Amino acid sequence: MKLTLQVWRQENTGTAGGFARYEVLDADGRMSLLELLDMLNETLVAAGVPPVAFDSDCREGVCGACGITVDDRPHGPLANTPTCRQHLRSFADGAVIKLEPFRSAAFPVLRDLVVDRSALDRLIEAGGFVSVDAGTAPDADSQQIPHSTAVQALDYAACIGCGACVAACPNSSAQLYAGSKLLHLSLLNQGGAERGSRAHAITRQLDAEFGPCSTYGECATVCPAGIPLTAIAAVPKESLRFWVRSRAD
Amino acid sequence: MTELAIEELRSIGSPVHGNVPAGAPAAAWESRKFDYRLVNPANRKKFTVIVVGTGLAGAACAAALGELGYHVQSFTFHDSPRRAHSVAAQGGINAARARKVDNDSLARFVKDTVKGGDYRAREADCFRLGEESGRVIDHMNAIGAPFAREYGGQLATRSFGGVQVSRTYYTRGQTGQQLQVAASQSLHRQIAAGSVELHTRHEMLDLVIADGRAQGIVTRDLITGEIACTTGQAVVLATGGYGTVYYNSTLAVNSNATAAWRAHRRGALLAAPSFVQFHPTTLPVNSEWQSKTTLMSESLRNDGRIWVPVTAGDPRDPNSIPEADRDYYLERKYPAYGNLAPRDVSSRAAREQIDSGHGVGPLRNSVYLDFRDAMATVGAAKMRERYGNLFETYANATGEDAYLTPMRIAPGAHFTMGGLWSDFDSMTSVPGLFVGGEAGWGYHGANRLGANSLLSASVDGWFTLPYAVPNYLAPLLGTPVLSHDDPAVADALRRVQERIRSLLAIDGTQGPQHFHRRLGEIMYRGCGVSRSAQGLTAAIGEIRALRREFWSDLRIITDADQLNQELERAGRVADFIDLAELMCIDALDRDESCGAHFRSEHQTAGGEALRDDTHWQFVSAWETTTDGRRIRHDEDLVFTAVPLQTRNYT
Repeated sequence: MKLTLQVWRQENTGTAGGFARYEVLDADGRMSLLELLDMLNETLVAAGVPPVAFDSDCREGVCGACGITVDDRPHGPLANTPTCRQHLRSFADGAVIKLEPFRSAAFPVLRDLVVDRSALDRLIEAGGFVSVDAGTAPDADSQQIPHSTAVQALDYAACIGCGACVAACPNSSAQLYAGSKLLHLSLLNQGGAERGSRAHAITRQLDAEFGPCSTYGECATVCPAGIPLTAIAAVPKESLRFWVRSRAD
Repeated sequence: MTELAIEELRSIGSPVHGNVPAGAPAAAWESRKFDYRLVNPANRKKFTVIVVGTGLAGAACAAALGELGYHVQSFTFHDSPRRAHSVAAQGGINAARARKVDNDSLARFVKDTVKGGDYRAREADCFRLGEESGRVIDHMNAIGAPFAREYGGQLATRSFGGVQVSRTYYTRGQTGQQLQVAASQSLHRQIAAGSVELHTRHEMLDLVIADGRAQGIVTRDLITGEIACTTGQAVVLATGGYGTVYYNSTLAVNSNATAAWRAHRRGALLAAPSFVQFHPTTLPVNSEWQSKTTLMSESLRNDGRIWVPVTAGDPRDPNSIPEADRDYYLERKYPAYGNLAPRDVSSRAAREQIDSGHGVGPLRNSVYLDFRDAMATVGAAKMRERYGNLFETYANATGEDAYLTPMRIAPGAHFTMGGLWSDFDSMTSVPGLFVGGEAGWGYHGANRLGANSLLSASVDGWFTLPYAVPNYLAPLLGTPVLSHDDPAVADALRRVQERIRSLLAIDGTQGPQHFHRRLGEIMYRGCGVSRSAQGLTAAIGEIRALRREFWSDLRIITDADQLNQELERAGRVADFIDLAELMCIDALDRDESCGAHFRSEHQTAGGEALRDDTHWQFVSAWETTTDGRRIRHDEDLVFTAVPLQTRNYT
């Protein structure tokens, strides 16, 4: 198939960027968007043009490294699917496809389609962990966790940390990301001892680097892990719980 | 091409010793831990340990050392520690907890692991792996991994290939992801506490050795291109496996061998580089542009049945091929294990079917994995809960619904059992250079059992290196961190800069991807599921020709002082080419079949791997001299708890 790509080119964070137009003549519907970029890059290198920088790694939807805004939609046309699993069969022959980096004030562009998502890691650093040292854990079988609770915790723990939720949000809010982490850890007994302090710390960090949530719900439509929109409610709920109780647990 | 005499390719050096405590292997770890020197808690902050890689082994080792009070410098080429490729392991993690009454035990775990590895692993290492496995599960659970639970609330387990008990703990089809996220959260906890300094988007390009000890690394900042040196009293490499040498593999596209290979070129021996596992259940290659052979978890073999049509080239739709016209070849050949035969056995059997014309799919390069019977007996709802995300992945990649039509699978390069050689204390042949996880060797011999890789990485990171590294550090108390004014630092920086300059100076016509793809084709053909002296000799010739072409025709357009992914790839491909040659030499040298290393000259009448314990009961630890000569050092392997026997899964 023949495709026209409008690709965002930007040398580094400090310079201004703009769109460049490239034609790809022999794409194949079975290729993923990233494989299309691989193909484009080989052509560009052969023509002496610097290749398009983009992040990707596992290419099977779990590492969360990839993420491109495709025709104004984070990751691409298929709902809840990471870029690496968006295939060209979703596009018509002759289509014009616009490829940009994830757009958010919290994610500065590093080059072309590569952004800096370290703000997400700073949320985890604020309190998205369980403070248990190696070797000190109790027998995991001595803690009974109902099957349904484990399943529910896993639904929220499935987040791959790609940042599409932030890019999709008109406010650049990371509330879906933060909410899923709070729910993952508060549903399990082992996260209980720090439930309050964790909610407090993560909420504070959320306010420092991301926009507020206005419940647009765009985040849940692009989340590759299918985190339900209800996760956003965990942020006010858990932080309110902390304010009422003023206790670490 | 005439066959190369192996003597022209390598010489034999002095033997190496694994430093395993004398006595029963079952008692080795306990006694060694007791012998280890300790560092007083107040003194620990005086030591800096460099940990490269943030996968299960690296993140765990950095976090655990940080928890103990050491100062840790942690490096990853990813933008976030969570993205390390441990994240993609699906099926589960084994543990010899033996809670059920299915007659599992530590001894049985060790027997399965040693036998699964076809007697080319170090027995005492396998005991350590089993011994520490119990608390790995406890710890990962405690730091937030939501393991699957039975309805009564207890941990759930399932079976994996090569074993007849149920000892695999899991979290849906995303065990690696959940363990990796939990481990990286623990790493973030130490970063917040100030004990660990994390450097993301930094790639290790060389090792600094001074006074005969590993004392630092040289890294490139992938965003700014800055080349810098970090020094410390010890270096841990947890940089993963090198399966991407095959181009199409189940690994991530950025997984590479550079850190380990650079360490090898500085003197660290490389053990059994040709021991590579081909996973029997990956998606077949459909086009040149396919960038990987996505893994479909082996756990699918619990409920899926593998078959090909009895008649080669049968054009019918799989669902309309009646039972009598199907060959369930694994069940036929290996009735005791059936579809759960070990990976190497299953991969070879699939390859045989494909090579004899029984392959299915448009390119006839795959076999069927059929869930029809399980859908009828287990039910769709239960199947969805067990494998939902895997079936979705399959549907996404192929556009087919595996609930209704059989999956198509094929063997793909997956896990490298070989890696940097280390002794029982996880230390390489370079003092102060430690190794953990898939970057090392030790546990898996010539073939790794399913769900033992997450375990080995976790055991190394949480429960081996935090004991072994302090033992090395203790006598160095008072020795300062190597000064950046040391000539060894300047030398290493210069080497890295010269290499980058020489890659940029080639000014040819092809990007690194082009050479990588061709290297993969050479390796699948010559050093794949089945190897022969003739095929390996041809591959060595082709690799040498490719190397000449690479160094004369590579083209990198942009400069080194910015984000330059082509330059990153070029350096990795250059190292892969050198590693590939050593892999072929190792495979050619090892004149026997064992585990995943199947030499067609050495097989039983039934077509199984024929081991030669008289001549080859050792691990080859390779040295590459400064002038490029290969020297093989041997570590003899002794089996006392698991007597030698022929692997037999019938």
